[in-house]
This record gives sequence, structure tokens and C-alpha cells, in this order.
Amino acid sequence: MINFSYTIWILLLPFLVFLLLGLAGHKLKPKLSGLIGTTGLGIITFLSYLTAYQYFFASEKVDGVFQKIIAFNGVWLQLTENLHIDIGILLDPISVMMLVVVTTVSFMVHIYSIGYMHGEKGFERFFAFLSLFSFSMLGLVVATNIFQMYIFWELVGVSSYLLIGFYYTKPSAVRASKKAFIVTRFADMGFLIGILILSFNTKTFDFITLTSLTGPAITQTGGAAFMGLSVITWSMIFVYMGGVGKSAMFPFHIWLPDAMEGPTPVSALIHAATMVVAGVYLVARMFPIYAIAAPDALNVVAYVGAFSSLLAAVIACTQTDIKRVLAYSTMSQIGYMMLALGVSGYGGHDGLGYMASMFHLFTHAMFKALLFLGAGAIIHAVHSNYMTEMGGLRKYLPITHATFLIACLTIAGIPPLSGFFSKDEILTAALHHNKLLFAVEYAVAGLTAFYMFRLYFSIFWRKETHYHHTPHEAPLTMTIPLIILAIGSVFSGFIPFSELVTSDSMPFESHIEMAVAIPSVLIGIAGIGIAYIMYKKETSIPDRLATTFKYSYKWAYNKFYIDEVYLYITKNIIFRYISTPIAWFDRHIVDGTMNLIAFTTQLLSFRIRNYQSGQLQKYGFVFVTGAIALAILFAYLWK
Amino acid sequence: MSLETFLIMRHELLLTAALLVVLVAELFSHPDKKGPIITLSVVCFGIITALGFIPSPEGELFGGMYVASGSRLMMKNILNIGVLLVILQSVDWLRRGENSDKTSEYFILLVSTLIGMNFMISSGHFLMFYIGLELATIPIAALAAFDKYRNNSAEAGIKLILISALSSGILLYGLSMIYGTTGTFYFNEIAAVFSDSNLQILGFIFFFTGMAFKISIVPFHLWTADVYEGAPINITAYLSVISKGAAIFIFIIVLFTVFPVIVGTWQKAIYLLSILTMTIGNLFAIRQQNLKRFLAFSSISQAGYILLGFVGGNQLGMASVIYYVLVYIFSNLGAFGVVLAVSNASGKENIDDYNGLYHTNPKLSLIMMLALFSLAGIPPVAGYFGKFFLFTAAAEKGFFTLVIIAVLNTIISLYYYLLIVKAMFLLKSETPVEKFRSTLYTRFALGLCVAGIIVTGFASTLFEFIRNLSFGV
Repeated sequence: MINFSYTIWILLLPFLVFLLLGLAGHKLKPKLSGLIGTTGLGIITFLSYLTAYQYFFASEKVDGVFQKIIAFNGVWLQLTENLHIDIGILLDPISVMMLVVVTTVSFMVHIYSIGYMHGEKGFERFFAFLSLFSFSMLGLVVATNIFQMYIFWELVGVSSYLLIGFYYTKPSAVRASKKAFIVTRFADMGFLIGILILSFNTKTFDFITLTSLTGPAITQTGGAAFMGLSVITWSMIFVYMGGVGKSAMFPFHIWLPDAMEGPTPVSALIHAATMVVAGVYLVARMFPIYAIAAPDALNVVAYVGAFSSLLAAVIACTQTDIKRVLAYSTMSQIGYMMLALGVSGYGGHDGLGYMASMFHLFTHAMFKALLFLGAGAIIHAVHSNYMTEMGGLRKYLPITHATFLIACLTIAGIPPLSGFFSKDEILTAALHHNKLLFAVEYAVAGLTAFYMFRLYFSIFWRKETHYHHTPHEAPLTMTIPLIILAIGSVFSGFIPFSELVTSDSMPFESHIEMAVAIPSVLIGIAGIGIAYIMYKKETSIPDRLATTFKYSYKWAYNKFYIDEVYLYITKNIIFRYISTPIAWFDRHIVDGTMNLIAFTTQLLSFRIRNYQSGQLQKYGFVFVTGAIALAILFAYLWK
Repeated sequence: MSLETFLIMRHELLLTAALLVVLVAELFSHPDKKGPIITLSVVCFGIITALGFIPSPEGELFGGMYVASGSRLMMKNILNIGVLLVILQSVDWLRRGENSDKTSEYFILLVSTLIGMNFMISSGHFLMFYIGLELATIPIAALAAFDKYRNNSAEAGIKLILISALSSGILLYGLSMIYGTTGTFYFNEIAAVFSDSNLQILGFIFFFTGMAFKISIVPFHLWTADVYEGAPINITAYLSVISKGAAIFIFIIVLFTVFPVIVGTWQKAIYLLSILTMTIGNLFAIRQQNLKRFLAFSSISQAGYILLGFVGGNQLGMASVIYYVLVYIFSNLGAFGVVLAVSNASGKENIDDYNGLYHTNPKLSLIMMLALFSLAGIPPVAGYFGKFFLFTAAAEKGFFTLVIIAVLNTIISLYYYLLIVKAMFLLKSETPVEKFRSTLYTRFALGLCVAGIIVTGFASTLFEFIRNLSFGV
């Protein structure tokens, strides 16, 4: 047995760096604090790689199954004999894979930020928050029980809030951070309800017990409890609600595009590669319960995923802010992952969807982080977020251009880049399970290729825009992460995921199904082709199309007015008919009670002050009176 | 007696040795240079505190008059930590001119009271208990009057000695009744034959009031305000934390082991007094302007919460009481430490004087805030968990009304704790406390308090450890 106890440092180190930079950061030189943060993360990245190597290749498998290893566990709060909240580290294929994803992207973003945030006010604060985020995300990933996951889940929410609102003097950033926090918090309320229902019925928080095939969650499914669904199904739907919020799925996706107000490295780390896939990870973590005990909840996962991915892809085709296009693309790709989980079965080759989802999570983290960091380099060069103000940039930014192209080809699913493999597995899984969902995802694949190349051509080709000052390539600290991530995007498709990360931790053979692969490549190329015709050179086709489909274009451009619908519902219905009466109740009844308590307290304390006279004989008198009173009470009342 | 047997009373022996070392060193030291004595005492005490944690044999001495068990050893260690903190905080004050000729007296008096408390905690016999109690009380009166040329201080000393004489008288009277009816002073023998005859109950009540006096339970608390205000700040801290903690420890042991027969009866008394104590303590605390007096009343209401752990007579209750005292030591000494540091630097002791403290001394203000949050029981600091366990212990036995009243009282207490926070952070002042730098000793002590407030809250193994050593009726 390999001793994995060193993994505790993966959690401790970023926290210590956060404390150091948070408490003493302002005394250090900005450069030094950046260096401390980056070095800290470098060490954790190394440790995570070591863990991954030892876990996958050096530790023993029992009957060909990867074992779940508790590397560290401490009971934190003992509620009852069985129900206790622990803080620990659980190593299993998905958590180890996530360790690699989170630390890799986080490390790249750290290096990149040294260049990108250079000279910004609050440089050390930025790195402190990045460390806090890394700590929280890693704690979420290695959680041994659902409550630990919930704690770190909220901590990621907080660090996301802090980082979106990093430019706190900008009203839009403050608004966006509030929106992100409130929307995800609202969804997390569902998560908490789910946890409570689940743990109330199973009497445990522990993941290993919960997901074990002989555990209480799976064996005691019980009959229909409410509206035809069992208790476990309901709890899993509520748990999924938290995932919907964090992963920006419909209907809680509205915070993600606004979250792009944060610094671009943050968008790359939190809102593309790591935090937003927490919802996917959550479903994967509890997958045996979904697949065996709560298939209805799993269907919800599939349909929400598919719908979100279609919706986001359509909106992405019309946006002009490049970060927003990427944000919607993220939402669409996460929809893919959710769908893949939703159509998956448990065990062996049935679990293809599960494997595909984790595979896509991995490759997506690489290429989406690359896209965001590339976008950061572009924004850094032209000082604008809008693709209408860009064009012809390929000459000025050769490295960014090359890496961005690789990322676009990857997300479009062109072989042999990594996106092709993972997307192909997802489509195969969908085809075998549900033809409708397959059709949706097939269309989304085409849309994805189209909007990504719309973005690519608009930025790097098209007309030559007149720039105030000539754009220049980003510094080395920014281009090196781009190159590394590009290499990751190209080659990560060759990782044999089906032998490492599967639903029951049992390796199986997977192969490329030509019947799916060829059409999906074709539609990808078709999407690229249409984008080429429309955006390679300046043409009037896009405008003409927009006029022809005036209404549908306007709908998509305005994100189907979902934000407005929410605004209407909250302002005109919730605020008016629910909040106002509650506010009245609060102001008059609750506050009134409190004021009464305060008033009585003041009055009483005024009345009794004379007992504290300073005269010792009086004290003695009260003392003896008290003793006698006690004696009387004891003798006559309590005996 | 073999060495092994002596090890059983290691805490008391070590403290006596330290006392002798300081006494002898005093003989050979230069009258004008007290620095070495201070260092020597601090180092001595630090070593004793550390040595206390080495596991040692359990057992009985002197025919059962002295008992050493896991829980009692742990209580002594907790007190040691508290006294170490008090000593560290006192160093600045001892270096002041008017105290320079009585440095070693301070240590000798302090350590003798601690020896008394240790004997009291380890007693298995009421005479041993009483000797310990007196040894713990009389030197404190001398300490309270330490600033003997200041009227307040002298008044505090004389008030303390007089009122504790009264209380001791009543307590001894009660003990004599218990002796008269049971024919023994041994705890386990009394427990075996104790019934609920009127004379025995009367004896118990008098014993009860004596202890209630030490813990300053309402209505036996009136002395605290005057004594706390008059005594030097570090003595106030000592009285309100260590002295009270020791009394709580022995009280819970005696109630649980000597009087389990009448548990239903004393439960009701504790129930009533707990409500009275926390409510009246709160009502007085609201009106205080002097921080020492304020902390005195707040410590009365804290004693009221602690009684919640007594009321159920359960194991969880005892564990939560011990845990709360530990947390309370860190929190209250943190608050007192700041008050002492500010008073040493500026001579200011009123809440108004703290207006705008954050702008001149941000770190002290943060420590004070943390300590007050812990006293008020705001998560995630240790005080929250302490209250949580106390309330759970009472709720486990079905005392829901009591828990609700306690929660209401914590809300009230939040108000006055936050008043100080508000003064430090939000209010502005024309003449704020000047910016100053504390000495190494003070900073070390405050650092320990902060670490304690945070770590004891999160280290759940600590609570589990305490729970395993605790017992119920």
C-alpha cells in the first residue's frame, strides 16, 4: 500500500499561502507575493501529479477495480453515533483526475496572472484570493462526505464572488459579483435541502457509504413518497439543483455571462475550467445513487443538460463580447457533460456516458482555459472586449493566434485533437440511449463549430481595424501558459480514459464508433465552412441574415429575455406580493418583539441597580437571604 | 512512600517547588533589579505547564483524601494554561515602579492560590477540600489589595476577605451538618449513605451557597463587581477566570459524585439559579461604563450559561462545562489582556475611551473583537461551540425552556459585547488611545489567546478527549 498521507499538503499549502498573502501581502513586494503564490501552486501541482501517478499506475487494484482510498480523515463535529461531519481526503479515480485538472489550470493561470495583472492595484490580494479559491476547490474535490463538499462548495462560491468583484470600484463588477453569489446561493439552498433529506433518510453523510451498492441510499429506495417519486429521487433532484446553480445550467445560468466582469484569468480558472464543472463533479460523485436508485433524477440531469447546451449555443452565435461568447460556450459544453452523465448507465460499457463526461470535463478544462487565456491576451493587446472592434490580429499576435486556432479546432471536434475524442464518446453514449437527445447534441456540435469560428475569423481575419496603438504580443509569462495548454489540448485526447475513470472504477475497452465520428466531424467542418463564408472577409451576409430573421435574431441576441423574465418575476411578483408582507411582519412583529425585549431589559436593569450599592453589610444580607430562600424552596417545594 | 506515589500529586509538588525557587531567588537578588525574577518565574511556570501534560499515574493518596484521576488532571492542566497566560500578561504591570519591590510576592501569592485550587480539585475528602478552598481564597484577598495605597484596591481586598469569611462560615456549618448526619467526610462514603433527610438537605444547601459564592451565582454575586473593579486588572482576570474555573470544576465533581442521590433536587436549584444568574448578570452588564466592571458582570452571566451543563447531570454536560471553561479562559483572558495592555499604556479603562481604537491600534482591536465574539458565541470561534455543547447537553435532558431562555440571554449579551466592538471600529474620538507597541510577553500571551480561541473551536478531537474523561451522575 502506498502512503498517501502527503496529500494533506495539497489542501494545507494553498490555505497557508492564502493566510500569508492575505495577512502580510501588503507588506511584500507585489512581485514577491506573485512568486509565493505561484510557487505554492507549483508544489501542489507536483504533488497532485505524483498522487495521480501513484494512484493510477503504482497502487494495487483489487479485482481490477480502483480502490477508494481515505488518505486522511478527521471527525469535526459528532452529531450522533453515525452522523458526523468529517474533514478528510478521499482518493478515487474522479477526485484524482480533478486534482490534476484543478492544479494544472490553476498553476497556468497563476503564471499567466503575473503578466496579466502586472501593475494592477491589489496584486497581492488577487493572488491571495486565487490561493483561497484553489484551497476551496481542492477541498471540494477530495471531500469524503457530502457535508464537507457543501462547506467547500460555499467557499468556492465566496472566492468566486471575491474575484468577480475584484475591481470593486466598478459598479458593473460589483453588480455581477452580487448576482453570481445570490443566484448560486439560491440554488445551494436546494442543495442543502437535498443533503438534509438524504442524510435524514440514510443516516450518513459519508460518500463511500452513500454510493456503496449495498448502502442505505441504494437499497432503501422505498416507494413513491411525493408526486410519484421516491424520497431518494427527490433528494437527488434537490442536490442537483445546487449543481445546476454552480454549473450555470438553465434556469440558473444567468450569472455566468455577467461573471465575465472579473479579471480574465479568473474567468479562465473559475468560470471555465474548474468551479463551474463542480455541478458535473457532484453528479458524478453521487452517480451510483442517480443511476440505480433515482433514474428519474438522472433524466432530469440529461434534459436540463441538453436544453442548456442548445440554448447557450444559440445565444453564443449572436453575442459580440468575446468573453461572453466563451461564457455561453462554456455553458453549452457543460450541458454536454451533464447530458453524458444523464444518458449513462452504471457499470461496464453501460457507463460509457459517465466516462465520456469525465473525459470531456478534462479536455474541456484544457481548451476552454486556453481560449479564455487567449482572449485575455487579445483584450490585453487591444483594450476591448468587443469583436466588432477587432480584426486582422493574426499578424500582431502570432502565438496567441496559433494557440487560439488550436483551441477552436479542438472545441469544434476536429480529429485528432482532444475535443474530438471526448465529444465523440458523448455522442455515442447519447445515440445508444436517447435519439432525441442525440439529435440535439448533434446540432449543437455544428453550432459550436460555427460560433467558435465566427469568433476566430472576426478576431484574427476580416478587415484590418485601425488601432490607437499597434497591438503587441503578450509577455512570456502569458504566452508560455498558452503554449502548455495548447499542447494539453492537442494530446489529452489520447489518454485512455476508459481504463482509468469509469462509473464502477472497472476499466473497459472503448473505441471510436465510425458511424458517429464521421457525421460529427462533417457537421463540425460544415460549421467552420459557414463561418468562413460569413466572417473570413467583411461581407453583408451576417447583417442580411439578421434582418431576415429579425425577431429570432433579436431574441437570441437578448439571451431570450431570460434575465428580464427573472427581473419581472422578482420585482413585480416576489417583491410585491411576498417580500412586502414579510417586510411588514419583520418590521412590526419581529422588530417589535425585539424592541419590547430591549425596552424591558433596560427598564429592569435600571430598577435593580440599587442592589449593587457597594455596602458590604447589604451584600451579606442578600447572601444570607438567598441561602434562606433556597432552604425554604428546597424544604417545601422541591423535596 | 515511593517516588511513584509522589508522582500522583505531581502538579502540587511542582508548584510548591517553583514557589520555593522564587522565594530563594528573591533572597539572593538585587533589590533594584527584578528582571531576572520575572524571567525566572515565567520560565518556571512555563516548564510546569508543559510538564503537566506528561501522562501520569492515577490513584489515591493519604488514605483517599487526595484523588488523582484523568479528568482532574486535565482540569489542573487547563488551570495551568490560564495561570500562565495571566502571568505573561502581568509582566508589564509588574515592571512598573510601584510594583518593583513586590514582584516575587506576586508570584508567590499567585502560585499558592493555584496550589490551593489544585488540592481542592483533587480532594476526596471535605477537609482536604476546605483546606484547598481557603488556600485558594486568602492569598487572593492579598492580591486584590496589591495596590495597597490605592483606596479601591484596599477596599477590594477587605471586602473579599470579609464576604468570603461569611461564605466559609456558612459552608463549614453545612459541612458540619453533613458530617453530623453521615459520620464521615470522605466523598465516596457520604455518597453511599446520603439520603434526603431535612438536616442533610440543609447541610447541602449551605455547602451549595458556599460554592455559589465562589462561582458568583446570583444572589451570592454582589461582591464581584466591587472586588473586580477595585483589584488590579490582572487580578480581576485571575478571579473571573481561574478562580471561578477551579470552583466550577470541583463543584461539578462534588455534585456528580457526592450528591447523585438528590440529583432531582439540586437540578431544580441549578435550573432556577442559572436563569437568575444569566439574566441578572446581563441586566447589570448593559449599564456598565468601566470595562473591568463590565467584564465582571459579563462573567457572571457566563457562569449562568455554564450552569446549563450542570443541570442535566449527564456526561455530555460535564464535558461541555470543562470545554467551556477552557474556551472561556482563552476568550476572557484575551479580552482582559487587551484591557490591561491599553490600561498600562494609557491608563484608560472606560468603554468611551475605546472609541476609535481600531484606527490607532488595529491589531489589539481585532484581538478584542475576536475575544468578544467568542464570549458572545458567534460562529465560527470557539465560544460558539462551547455554547452549542452546553445547550445541547441541557436539551438532551429535555430542559428546552431553559435553553430558550439562555438563547434569549445570549441575544441580549450580543448587544453589549457589540457595543464595545462598535466603539472600537465605528465611533470616532477626539482623544483616542495613542498608538503603542506592547512588549514581547503581552504579545505572546495575546497570541496564545487568539490561537486558543480559534484552535479550540475547530479541533474537535479536543472535545472528544474531554468527553471521554467526563462522567455523568
